[in-house]
Amino acid sequence: MKALLLTGGRVLDPANRFDAVADVLVVDGKIAAVGGDAAARAPAEAERLSVTGLVVCPGLIDLHVHLREPGQTAKETIATGTAAAVQGGFTSVVCMPNTSPAIDNAGTVALIHDVALDQGVSHVYATGAITRGLAGEEMAPIGTLQKAGVVAITDDGHCVQNNEMMRRALEYARMFDLLVMDHCQDYSLVTEGVMHEGYWSTALGLRGWPSAGEEMIVARNVLLAEKTGARVHCQHLSSAGSVQMIREARQRGISISGEACPHHFTLTDAAVAGSEKFWAKDGPGIWGFATPDRLRPSWPVYDTNFKMNPPLRSARDREAILAGIADGTIEVIASDHAPHCGYEKEVEFDYAPFGITGLETELSLSLMQLVHSGRMSLSDLVHRFTVGPARLLRLPAGTLTVGAEADVTVIDPDREWVYERADSASKSGNSPFHGWPLKGKAVLTVVSGKVVWKDLKQSQG
Amino acid sequence: MTWNRKHLLDIESLSAEEIITVLDTARAFKAVGERAIKKVPALRGKTVVNLFIEPSTRTRISFELSEQRLSADVINFTAEASSLKKGETLKDTARNLEALNADFIVIRHSASGAAHFLSRVLNASVINAGDGAHEHPTQALLDTFTIREKKGRIEGLNVTILGDILYSRVARSDIWALTKLGAKMTLCGPPTLVPREFEKMGCRVTDDVEEAIRDADIINLLRIQHERQRKTMFPSLGEYTNLFGLNRARLALTKPDALIMHPGPINRGVEIDSEIADCDRSLILQQVTNGLAVRMAVLFLVNGGKGPQEVGA
Repeated sequence: MKALLLTGGRVLDPANRFDAVADVLVVDGKIAAVGGDAAARAPAEAERLSVTGLVVCPGLIDLHVHLREPGQTAKETIATGTAAAVQGGFTSVVCMPNTSPAIDNAGTVALIHDVALDQGVSHVYATGAITRGLAGEEMAPIGTLQKAGVVAITDDGHCVQNNEMMRRALEYARMFDLLVMDHCQDYSLVTEGVMHEGYWSTALGLRGWPSAGEEMIVARNVLLAEKTGARVHCQHLSSAGSVQMIREARQRGISISGEACPHHFTLTDAAVAGSEKFWAKDGPGIWGFATPDRLRPSWPVYDTNFKMNPPLRSARDREAILAGIADGTIEVIASDHAPHCGYEKEVEFDYAPFGITGLETELSLSLMQLVHSGRMSLSDLVHRFTVGPARLLRLPAGTLTVGAEADVTVIDPDREWVYERADSASKSGNSPFHGWPLKGKAVLTVVSGKVVWKDLKQSQG
Repeated sequence: MTWNRKHLLDIESLSAEEIITVLDTARAFKAVGERAIKKVPALRGKTVVNLFIEPSTRTRISFELSEQRLSADVINFTAEASSLKKGETLKDTARNLEALNADFIVIRHSASGAAHFLSRVLNASVINAGDGAHEHPTQALLDTFTIREKKGRIEGLNVTILGDILYSRVARSDIWALTKLGAKMTLCGPPTLVPREFEKMGCRVTDDVEEAIRDADIINLLRIQHERQRKTMFPSLGEYTNLFGLNRARLALTKPDALIMHPGPINRGVEIDSEIADCDRSLILQQVTNGLAVRMAVLFLVNGGKGPQEVGA
């Protein structure tokens, strides 16, 4: 028998509406007891960890991660990506299908599952493609993918442009009750855009990616979700208009959901003009940096670590995303962790690939902008990282119910630390948050009863 | 007045004083250019690489001649961005040139921010000879120099830029330079080519060409290109010429001392009537001449020169 007892922590389990100081006992990879006689029932040989003053919650889930394996293992592997996940407090990650080959066949799903079992540190769930090769033209073998174990379908990185194709994919996916996730981008409106279209794209002479390019597809998805009754999930929402459309659609009972990424609710397009411009304008609008007493990190103009898709938008959009998360319109926070090699990003802004890493800064940035800022309770934030994604994907995760898989994250919400690329477990260092002073951190991560990340020292009295 | 910059990457970050320093230094170099012996030893023993990743004729020739007049050793490197993209990165290309002990890299590139990027990865001085739609600082400096030479001042002048502003690095650099020195800027063209966002750069934006030129002291025309991929921006060159081209009738509406500028190359009969391009109110060729003095001044300053007082009399 292998046992672990976490003592004295504040246990937050939104799935069971549980919020109290309690001990948590894990035996043989399952939650054995929460509170009550948990300590008394712990076997003598159990590992005991004091987590007094810390928050014990179900293992966090990130439903939008690029692990790059197979085919792009210079950027990331299942081993390194999941190591970054647990370091950030995530016990389950959902990987996107834009690998090489794409996850549009059962063989690739099986390969990912095998490698994850062998080398993964966290649980790994795969998504399958909506269309073959993510090309948007022919339906992928959705039924076969579902039998192989994918938890959702998406063409992420690409967006299904053909509305008939999308409609039929939704109708077809309903047969399996599969969530259809969509990267919302109208190609004809966005064309060659590399950053949010607005003042900064104008001043920097960079081609604009207008908000309407996202909103057009969100509107399409609302209409098709209503028509087909399928469950549609709009990935990484970046614009105020998208949030409002999803809010209204949900009020009308349409099965549509949305997710938000920390970079979209922390940074703005001004960041592409460099730190000086960002701190002069939109920077002070984020929690923790209102006054210059906290060290304000610096970065140059045209820094490609601020290039992602969808792009950083205006302060107004950032505000709308935060409000959408707080009022429950957006029920999931995800990283869109997108590693790229240093040499790939060290090029002209136009030529750099879109995407940034995010697993290791996601929880801290969320705590800062949503909880420390007073926008929502810690319990609600934990909900967005656990019950939210677990429900959407029908995952057997996101709860501390007795008998559940013992995936546990211990958070020190007040821990002050600085994110350094050198400390990252990811194979890539393309984070815009390098050198940022952060508040709040995952200090213990337990996957199936096994401690896979521990950084308790500075968090214990 | 003094100059302490190693690079010239943009106008936006320059102060009015720094711009004036360049203009005054250029005035001293213009005098040098009018002498029988036009060459000075300021950059003797220094190596300048003209790294032109986007085709250019006039800017490259102007830089090349400026460098030769300063006695520098000059290397020209031209390549299409597309072929560079397939193989070596810009960083590697530039570092290879630097390994040959290049002291200055003059870069022209189709990607905005390319000069800033190079300045971060090289030890050499970087001079931006135009990056994408971002900036073309030496063009703005020569425009400003020319206006100041003709009008005796910049402050209080009404300057109108007419044409394709959206894709123009010249427009952005001109806007920064001229507004910093106190000019009042008006931008005019179809809304597809002149987005309202430019108002936040301190400009007036209008699609009424007659109103835009009526009070102008300077009318700066930009080249209109109608390439295949831009068919969504305006219907035809003909319609552009009808609506916005500078013709005799429109010129009659302007102040009698309003002057005409164009960064070139001009499209006769499109943005400007042929006879207007050649009339005595046109500064087009004087801009080219002044470009030499301005580029000599810039190279001289980034090489450690402090200002016009150091240019040999």
